[in-house]
Amino acid sequence: MFGGIDPALLIASLMVASVPIILAAIGELVVERAGVLNLGVEGMMIMGAVCGFIVSVQSGSAVLGFVGGALGGAAMALIFGLLTQFMLANQVASGLALTLFGLGLSSLMGQSFVGIRPPSTGAVPLGPLADIPFFGRVLFSHDWVVYASIASVAATWWVLKATRTGLILRAVGESHDAAHALGYKVRRIRMLAILFGGAMAGLGGAYISMVRVPQWTDGITSGAGWIALAIVVFAAWRPWRALIGAYLFGGISVLQLNLQAAGARIPVEYLSMSPYVITILVLVIMSSGKGKAALSAPANLGQNFHASR
Amino acid sequence: MNRRTLLATAALGLGLAFGSSASAQGMDKVKACFIYVGPIGDLGWTYQHHQGALAVQEEFGDKVEIAYQENVPEGADAERVLTQMALSGCNIIFTTSFGYMDPTNNVAAKFPDIKFEHSTGYKREHPNVSTYNARFYEGRAVQGHIAGKMTKTNKIGYIGSFPIPEVVMGINSYYLHAKKVNPDVQLSVVWAFTWFDPAKEADSAKALIDQGVDVIAAHTDSTAPLAEAAKTNGTVIGFGQASDMADYKPSPRVASIIDNWNPYYIKRVGALLDGTYEQIDSWAGIPEGEVEIGEITDAVPADVKAEAEAMRDAIAAGTYHPFTGPINKQDGTEWLADGAVAPDGDLLGMNFFVEGITGDIPK
Amino acid sequence: MLRLEKRPSPSRFWQGATPILAVVLTMIAGGLMFAALGKNPFEAIRTIFWDPLFHPQFASYSRPQLLVKAGPLILIAIGLSLGFRAGIWNIGAEGQYIMGALFGAGVGLAFYPADLWFIFPLMVIAGAFGGWIWAMIPAILKTKFNTNEILVSLLMVYIAQNFLSSMSLGLLRNPEGGGFPGSRNLSQYPAASNPELIAGTGMHWGVIAAFMAVIAAYILLQRHILGFHIKLAGQAPRAARYAGVNPTGLVLLCMGISGALAGLAGLFEVSGPAGQISIDFNVGYGFTAIIVAFLGRLNPIGILLAGLLMALTYIGGELAQFMLGLPAAAIQAFQGMLLFFLLAVDLLSNYRIRLAHKKEAI
Repeated sequence: MFGGIDPALLIASLMVASVPIILAAIGELVVERAGVLNLGVEGMMIMGAVCGFIVSVQSGSAVLGFVGGALGGAAMALIFGLLTQFMLANQVASGLALTLFGLGLSSLMGQSFVGIRPPSTGAVPLGPLADIPFFGRVLFSHDWVVYASIASVAATWWVLKATRTGLILRAVGESHDAAHALGYKVRRIRMLAILFGGAMAGLGGAYISMVRVPQWTDGITSGAGWIALAIVVFAAWRPWRALIGAYLFGGISVLQLNLQAAGARIPVEYLSMSPYVITILVLVIMSSGKGKAALSAPANLGQNFHASR
Repeated sequence: MNRRTLLATAALGLGLAFGSSASAQGMDKVKACFIYVGPIGDLGWTYQHHQGALAVQEEFGDKVEIAYQENVPEGADAERVLTQMALSGCNIIFTTSFGYMDPTNNVAAKFPDIKFEHSTGYKREHPNVSTYNARFYEGRAVQGHIAGKMTKTNKIGYIGSFPIPEVVMGINSYYLHAKKVNPDVQLSVVWAFTWFDPAKEADSAKALIDQGVDVIAAHTDSTAPLAEAAKTNGTVIGFGQASDMADYKPSPRVASIIDNWNPYYIKRVGALLDGTYEQIDSWAGIPEGEVEIGEITDAVPADVKAEAEAMRDAIAAGTYHPFTGPINKQDGTEWLADGAVAPDGDLLGMNFFVEGITGDIPK
Repeated sequence: MLRLEKRPSPSRFWQGATPILAVVLTMIAGGLMFAALGKNPFEAIRTIFWDPLFHPQFASYSRPQLLVKAGPLILIAIGLSLGFRAGIWNIGAEGQYIMGALFGAGVGLAFYPADLWFIFPLMVIAGAFGGWIWAMIPAILKTKFNTNEILVSLLMVYIAQNFLSSMSLGLLRNPEGGGFPGSRNLSQYPAASNPELIAGTGMHWGVIAAFMAVIAAYILLQRHILGFHIKLAGQAPRAARYAGVNPTGLVLLCMGISGALAGLAGLFEVSGPAGQISIDFNVGYGFTAIIVAFLGRLNPIGILLAGLLMALTYIGGELAQFMLGLPAAAIQAFQGMLLFFLLAVDLLSNYRIRLAHKKEAI
């Protein structure tokens, strides 16, 4: 029916297309697990995109570019952290303000970098592995960030599940009062989580401006941060599900373009709304499954913590 | 519509002067104002208009003052910005997006002494409103020729933004000229439903490449499709769009269509300065230098390059029209008889594919 | 070491003083940014905050424009604030705004070119209905399946945008527009238009509706049992349940009100200032209204003032762009700063800052 679409190419494409969303979503997942809702992912991503781009162009090194992107995202997250953790400002409003500010500031910073090509991020030379039929194309023909994004999912999963750090983080997110009573520094832990979230969003942004597109133009992230937020909830705050969610979303987006290119006669507007509709449907199915998934939201998500004594 | 090039259906006279509104005497100093729908940093549509504004400043120096505003949404905001510009003493205001059509005419009614120039629209409800546009399809013809000659897979692609006459016209022109030199060629169209979304444009290009397409033309604004083509190590080529996109020379960017508004802007502001300004409806193209073909690089074989340049020169000289019959519509009915040239009216409202293109125009 | 001490009730003095403090801080920080961009900071600040109100050349025009810009922001923010108070997070007002405009304009255009008195009132109802129905989707999913409403309402924005482009290319396309996307211009169809009611004031039905919403919300929250329920549900969900508040009903009600108001805002905008449905009809009012709601501390009077302040920075920012050549991005960053400072200094109204002594800090 959809003749002409090569599944190997499709999967390889969606793996690349999903990288920025995965990175940002994993970061936000950790932040939310710590009980903080940062809606400013888009703002942090775009700052990561511009910082990463500038650093890589100036230094000529893609690796340094990614470091710069992570720092840019973390710097934005720092503002958010100061506002919400120390000034006890509302998290939803602070996050939205962060996005507004990030879009403006990134455009100012990037003005003299419009239209330049960044240094390239090479594919990982996996030699003969890449020549394996099907799997070679799907699994072994990417740049290193693709592998890093998957590794970050695994690492986050492991840390949250099996380490003391993860336990403390989750405790803070479930009940900051109890965690505080046990002697954990709620504010410090949340700040670290927020900074991690910012750095990951920054990496995701840098991937867009340095690899995926690659160029700097205003508003280059064009909504990827919002999708990352959606993926976190979709994933019910679990890392592997975030990966699946990002691949599903990326897959549908790539598939609809491939269907068009292959000449399938499906109305385009409805195709391009399909990723959102399907995401909602999956959400409904998951959350109605005995209410299990919906209940897994960190109990103190979005609530500010103030130690009264 | 997030901006731009919708062409006029009404009043087709190219460069037709309406008379009557000519300013009798010139001016010593002109304040020329520009309103942009995107950021100047888009490196595409708005960027090129801003280059035109800078060219006006360069040309006239102290005699001209430039003011502009970027990122102005269409609708109510545009009307307010235009009014504020008019109040601030602008003598001529260029409104550079299709969606500014009604606001431009509304504000023009209130300020009869100020000249308004609306890009890509068709409404001139007041004597102080002129319209201007460019014949981008002429450039698409040259691209189509190169595409037909260069494709090895016989599959060429086009990333469409929105299904509007301007884009449909470009697709038809591109396909016809590819088909003319390569009867086996097949065209895949992907509608991105955006003018500017680099990630989506990159995905669209990738989808086309995955389908075996090896020549991609884009009607969206970023360099993302070229960057995607660049990842294929020279097996896929593309074209610069709106601006030259010279960073991707010599391959994958083998040529480009450049929107060059400089001559028009200089001409109009100059006319205001020397008192020859008149209301017009301008639809200029390659002959007037408003549409330019960027350097065709050495990635294109010399004979193909020579043919493409010959076509460009023939269009410039007025001896060749890209839509010359016989051409049938997609359903097989005749559109242009042998030797007939497409009337501007048909082009401006073009809502059909020509014969041979598969797929439908989204409705 | 500094220490925060929660005030028993918010300080009246600081509630009034913090916005002023925030604006002053923003002027300082923004001034530094403008200076770094090579512009005169004093001139830039004056252009943004003073000129739209008092500049001899512009003010008579820009002052009424404040209302035009603030109207939809206030209308949407009032609706959102009710839900936010009850802990119901509708962040998809942008989509509800679009659907309100589509439904309203659709009804109006269906009657074209009839000239009947009831067309505009019918459009108003249709607009409110459009926003309401779009908000009901996340609301019902929330109550039936416990699906997260933040996410669904946000995703519905993207779907609404696709509907918008589909409609402006298809069903609502102006048949006399020569195949171009975009509907007929409603402002040129008197029976369906929402004109400036008194010339030179910027007052249109949408602005009036915004003021009415402010008053209604004020009365609701201060005087009505429902307002009490909303506040209780947000502050103490469990207590609310004992007090007989029906959570399902509250979700449907709050989402419904905010959706309907956002839909109304869309309808008034499309029939008035914007004039027509086009692919890019929405310009982010639904998202900005969330910020307005919080800046106004979810209080109707506060929202009114916050909406006007946001509108001032938009209009002043536009003036600064073309008078001084400031990039649009600088204005965006400036607005972001203003929000940061407003959010940050809010601390002072809810907390006392004390020097912490060692023995106290046990």
